[in-house]
Amino acid sequence: MTTHPVLSVDKLSTAFRVERRWREVVRSVSFTIGPKETVALVGESGSGKSVTALSLMRLTPRDSSRITGSVILGGRDLLQLPDAAMRQVRGDEIAMIFQEPMTSLNPVLTIGFQIAEALILHRGMSRAEAEAETVRLLDKVRIPAATSRIHDYPHRFSGGMRQRVMIAMALACRPKLLIADEPTTALDVTIQAQILELIKLLQEEEGMSVLFITHDMGVVAEIADRTVVMYGGEAVETGTTADIFARPAHPYTRMLLSAVPRLGSMAGHPHPVPFPKIDRTTGLPAPPEEIPDTVARAERPVLEVQDLTTRFEIRGGLLGRARGRVHAVEKVSFDLRQGETLALVGESGCGKSTTGRSVMRLIEPLSGSVLLDGEDIMALGERELRERRRKMQMIFQDPFASLDPRMTVGAAIAEPLVINRLASRAEAREKTAELLRRVGLSPDMAGRFPHEFSGGQRQRICIARALAVRPRLIVADESVSALDVSVKAQVVNLMLELQAGMKLAYLFISHDMAVVERVSHRVAVMYLGEIVEIGPRAEIFGNPQHSYTRRLLEAVPVPDPARRREKHRLSNEELKSPIRPLDYVPPERLYREVSPGHMVQVSDSAPPLPVVAAA
Amino acid sequence: MASTGVLAILVAGVLVGPLLWPVPIDEIDFSARLATPSADHPFGTDDLGQDLLARMMYGGRISLAVGFAAMLVATVVGTVIGAIAGMSRRYLDPVLMWVTDLFLSLPQLPLLLLVIYLFRDELKAVFGVEGGVFIMIVVVIGGLRWMPVARLVRAQFLSLREKEFVEAVRAMGASRWRLVVRHILPNAIGPVIVAGTIEVSAAIIAESTLSFLGLGFPPDIPTWGRLLFDAKDHLDVAPHWALFPGAAIFLTVLSINFIGDGLRDAFDPRRVM
Repeated sequence: MTTHPVLSVDKLSTAFRVERRWREVVRSVSFTIGPKETVALVGESGSGKSVTALSLMRLTPRDSSRITGSVILGGRDLLQLPDAAMRQVRGDEIAMIFQEPMTSLNPVLTIGFQIAEALILHRGMSRAEAEAETVRLLDKVRIPAATSRIHDYPHRFSGGMRQRVMIAMALACRPKLLIADEPTTALDVTIQAQILELIKLLQEEEGMSVLFITHDMGVVAEIADRTVVMYGGEAVETGTTADIFARPAHPYTRMLLSAVPRLGSMAGHPHPVPFPKIDRTTGLPAPPEEIPDTVARAERPVLEVQDLTTRFEIRGGLLGRARGRVHAVEKVSFDLRQGETLALVGESGCGKSTTGRSVMRLIEPLSGSVLLDGEDIMALGERELRERRRKMQMIFQDPFASLDPRMTVGAAIAEPLVINRLASRAEAREKTAELLRRVGLSPDMAGRFPHEFSGGQRQRICIARALAVRPRLIVADESVSALDVSVKAQVVNLMLELQAGMKLAYLFISHDMAVVERVSHRVAVMYLGEIVEIGPRAEIFGNPQHSYTRRLLEAVPVPDPARRREKHRLSNEELKSPIRPLDYVPPERLYREVSPGHMVQVSDSAPPLPVVAAA
Repeated sequence: MASTGVLAILVAGVLVGPLLWPVPIDEIDFSARLATPSADHPFGTDDLGQDLLARMMYGGRISLAVGFAAMLVATVVGTVIGAIAGMSRRYLDPVLMWVTDLFLSLPQLPLLLLVIYLFRDELKAVFGVEGGVFIMIVVVIGGLRWMPVARLVRAQFLSLREKEFVEAVRAMGASRWRLVVRHILPNAIGPVIVAGTIEVSAAIIAESTLSFLGLGFPPDIPTWGRLLFDAKDHLDVAPHWALFPGAAIFLTVLSINFIGDGLRDAFDPRRVM
């Protein structure tokens, strides 16, 4: 960029006061953003990327933080501005959108009012003008039927639509710079693809610059012109996105790039392959190690699920009568062998988590049968069920939330042993130590509390806890989704290693197609509570038949700027809801066998793909 | 922990004090009516010339005992009812909450009068005059103040039982009893402790109100509330009479509330060291 930069950040440092000491969280970060340019700030949690953005806006707590350096926007140093002038800059010249579209809108005000408020405040419009402008903005972010929706409250909008509203609000004052802090992290892949397209399109139309903060290298490759890689509060590498991906200079960048799961990297591998181990000093991956086939094909499957159906009633009104039903899981059938991983994939609301919980009877299914080692789980009484749960354990998405904050991790790991009366106190302690070693932690960590561990360590603790009773089946519900890429790779590797060692069967519930490709033997794609396609991993990824499977695969961001999609295909298709009226009778579904074990639903329940204009 | 010190001094004072200051509480001395604090009477005297320090130490025992006992009754009843309501998924929860609302909407004073007229004599016959009134007051105050605790516990349970760590333990095969006792209750206890300490203060004040209405202990037993009640007619000439018991109630309530906050933090393993 030869033109004058819109924003230039020079030696920005931010320190927070923790217990009377100043701790630098961002150290001497410098970068510039040119006109109409998109710069990505990428890094793992704790790298200081969000704090950098907050520092630019001067939104860090005033009494306990200290910002030094300079932030020049339009010839003025924002760090030297008086507070009143800075408030003008916020919203007027720099706008910000956040990760959580669900909580950044005020639920008791209509969305039209919230956007108009900004227009009246910053641009001095009359109410009528503001309303007209609001409609124009909502049109701009491609919200269908904008005129009729401005009087709706936020709860009437889905997550993706709310993020559009947030973007419309940010655009209200025609900012020179848009700061987007993980704007798509909380969204499903297909919705994420839409929002990324929208941001790119709007940037062209409005001519604004974008500072895009993310942890996802795939998203960076999709959207950014230039990239700043942050690690431990410092900008370790800055360059054009193409350069950074093609010739990463810093070991950390190399490590980040090699740890990113890439869709399609598993072609030619019959079995799951661990993520390559990465040398911390060079950041280069070691050659992958193949693991042998773990599936016991000759034996009876560990888990056989037939026509599993779970519905919830929605009650409303004065008397609490049923108003409708959520058909969360509808006639789902599959089986799972010893040593095998079946991935359940789909977007939020498709019923994949409910399926996992229904199998364990943590949620009571309506009908269907679940056989564990040939025994019908559905027919068990409460006491027997509690006993059988020993054979199937669960690992949750958020390792912090799934550990009792008041229990030491040693007690937490020993708990399943104590509950099932499998070990005396001394034996339990010994077993805990062994399990901690097994998941790569040190046995003397047993006396600590969960809050003293990092996210990856906590997930290891949860895995140790699940392994304590030597289960046959582990339901892993989004178990690695919340982890940073490098930690994610380690936890996935641990899970694969344990599968080989203990002949575990995994029901791996995930929305992350790239991870699924790496870990699974077979894949089931769920849409609106039904399995629309199920088959061997290579078949599903190499030869997807159902239109929804294809859409899902296409939406996954590709961590390769050279293969960035050229075509703007802006759809605003929303995820459908599985809520049905009370008298709804689900149609009979037929399945077609494409190749051995690869079944596709024939009566297509997904909407057709939007028509693509030829390039 | 200055508040622990203050409370310890108050408790020690009412327990050991009468041994060190062995002045009878009912020794009438008209020559020293309404005397201001002096060496003979450190807290002064009342309108009958009775020594206020001795009366306060004696009455403090009763006031503090009533406060703690009533808190225990209210907290235990409230926790049990709140826990049952919070864990039930069907009919028990609404029924228990109706009962709670019912208790909240009862006119308390007429009810107290009724209870006291119905049971005073029976209890006196069994436990003696002071014991009977003590039990009655504790039960009445505790029985009418458990509702806020129950609602608090229920709300905590409703949110905690949906937490992932509870589901994780359920998935391990834990019984409901274990879920409640080992996992949900310890996590719900922080706010309950704070509510409990507020109950102590409320009970001490409620006892004063009852004494004031002549429904509590007999008039010759100088609980702190009773002392305040007697002092109110002489505020202009003998402010010390009201000031000392008032200060005692104030210090007790304040220090207990601070201790409650401290306990909640101490029970939280996540607090920053």
